[in-house]
Amino acid sequence: MATFLAWSILVSQVLLALAMVFASYRVLWGPRAQDRVLGLDTIYVNASIMLLTFGIRTGSSLYFEAALIIALLGFVGTSALAKFLMRGEVIE
Amino acid sequence: MKPLVLNVPDWAALVTAVLVLLGSGLAFTGSLGLLRLSRFYDRMHAPTLGTTLGIGSVLIASMIFFSVMQTRPVLHEILIAAFMVVTTPVTLTLLARAALYRDRIEGNPDVPPMIGKQRRRTPRSD
Repeated sequence: MATFLAWSILVSQVLLALAMVFASYRVLWGPRAQDRVLGLDTIYVNASIMLLTFGIRTGSSLYFEAALIIALLGFVGTSALAKFLMRGEVIE
Repeated sequence: MKPLVLNVPDWAALVTAVLVLLGSGLAFTGSLGLLRLSRFYDRMHAPTLGTTLGIGSVLIASMIFFSVMQTRPVLHEILIAAFMVVTTPVTLTLLARAALYRDRIEGNPDVPPMIGKQRRRTPRSD
């Protein structure tokens, strides 16, 4: 059963890497600016999930703090970019 | 492949594997929807599949795995879950309002008009 867990974690990491490739397509070739911001937000969430799977794989809880910080920075970055798209500047 | 630190029983390994596969599959499906859907407002709701149930099931898997491995309740993943539940609607609402504002400024025909302008137009018709 341990090998099944190892293989399923490997498969899920491959799936998350493909998801990040799809989201970075939207960042690079998204037709408009809001598509790029949405792709960046998706990349943040997928990176957070991928760090959690790394934490399960190595059995160390160091990855948890990195996942928490990435989720936090994703919130701040996406809100700032949405404010920029709305108003044209971040801090008024 | 680096060997796992595994002194977990079989049921915990099975539950962790199934939950991790479910969560990453949902995140993959959400990003595929972000790639494949045609309009921006359709694309917007696809990645929330990963931000709600995707990261939620991976967090539950991590909680079960570390609780069984360290033989004490490890519950600090609730922090990430609560944070994602609070912040995802806020950011996506801000982004949707910004996109709607930009579409209306450009006069894009397939977005709904503003309600305030409609109210102002109707009394002037008589």
